[in-house]
Amino acid sequence: MKSQPVDIRQLACERDQRELFEDLSLHLEPGDVLQVAGPNGSGKTSLLRILAGLLPAAAGDVRYGEDSIFVGAGRDLWRQNRLYIGHAPAVKGALSAEENLSWLCALSKPVSRELIWQALQRVGLHGFEDVPCDHLSAGQQRRVALARLYLEVHPVWILDEPFTAIDRGGVSTLEAHVMAHAASGGIVVLTTHHSLDHLSGLRCLDLGQVT
Amino acid sequence: MLQIIWLLFCREWRLAWRRPGQLLNPLVFFAIVISLFPLAVGPEPSMLRTMAPGVIWVAALLATLLSLDGLFRSDYEDGSLEQWVLSPHPLSLMVLVKVLHHWMVCGLALVVLSPLFGLMLSLPVKVLPALVLSLLLGTPVLSLLGAVGAALTVGLKSGGVLLALLILPLYIPVLILGTGAVEAALQGLPVAGYALWLGCLAVLALSLSPVAIAAGLRIGVSE
Repeated sequence: MKSQPVDIRQLACERDQRELFEDLSLHLEPGDVLQVAGPNGSGKTSLLRILAGLLPAAAGDVRYGEDSIFVGAGRDLWRQNRLYIGHAPAVKGALSAEENLSWLCALSKPVSRELIWQALQRVGLHGFEDVPCDHLSAGQQRRVALARLYLEVHPVWILDEPFTAIDRGGVSTLEAHVMAHAASGGIVVLTTHHSLDHLSGLRCLDLGQVT
Repeated sequence: MLQIIWLLFCREWRLAWRRPGQLLNPLVFFAIVISLFPLAVGPEPSMLRTMAPGVIWVAALLATLLSLDGLFRSDYEDGSLEQWVLSPHPLSLMVLVKVLHHWMVCGLALVVLSPLFGLMLSLPVKVLPALVLSLLLGTPVLSLLGAVGAALTVGLKSGGVLLALLILPLYIPVLILGTGAVEAALQGLPVAGYALWLGCLAVLALSLSPVAIAAGLRIGVSE
């Protein structure tokens, strides 16, 4: 699914009367992968949460195509077009991987059981479909959340630290999946402390230098 | 739209079923409070009868309050709530389903058990329909109003006391009307007036509180 361009205009963020960044402008075309970097507390997560629509921006605007993502029809369109996976993976310990995914996907669009099993296989959780997530390791729980990347069809992905607790093999599979999504016309914004220098065409925004 | 309501209902049932302790807590609390009263004040039937409406209603109110504290907390902590807020579906509808589910497993159980405890406090059998009716109309109001408080305190580590302070003043009309209905029935007076007032409150809470709960959760998530 092809994305429309995302235009960040003079965005500012304030937390507890402290300015994290201001006058941040950036244009993302379909096919872009943006890595948001910067030291701890520089506002990486806040920027992602503003983009996701969880946190109000102190100033500025974000456009998806023509419309602002914060109001009216633009907001509704944005809600159907972006996928946000945050720090907390939104995985319920009492539910199995399959049940978790079926509910999380249903929040935007229900998917079939076969597709969920395929996605779980692709993130290396074959054989764990029915296990309550309490019994999975932290990395496996993260993989359950990331299986949504194989299930949902949102053109814009906003991923906060997606590689946390994932082993090396898993990280490279995920990197390949992110690049494939971008190549098919999607946009990916992610934060990570992993080095992604080996990926070609990666754009980097260093919040430590913006302020 | 109907599909998401149904799926949410199934999810809540599964979660409740796999953590039965959280369901039983309010019921056990209700039972303990009511069964301690005759032991403490003596088994005199006439005294128990005059106290019964108040005791049952206060116990139901506190049991509801106790169970509501954690209503949204686990969803908040594991990030599920963020996904709800981000979903294209209306948040107020989803929280209404969640609160109604909570009422069905907690409030409805109190309503069903209440005649038993009424008899234990030597309420005459003819008063029991009034007791059940008042609780049936009143406990949804308690759940819905309490959920507003639970939504506002969702980001706080120990919101229990604050929740009680926020919500108890709003509970007072329900408490007065509910005990009033049972007392009227005890004296052989009609209870229709009380029941209608409680029904009014239930409709009001049902229509307005989901919006307030959703707004509270949005604030909590954006902290």
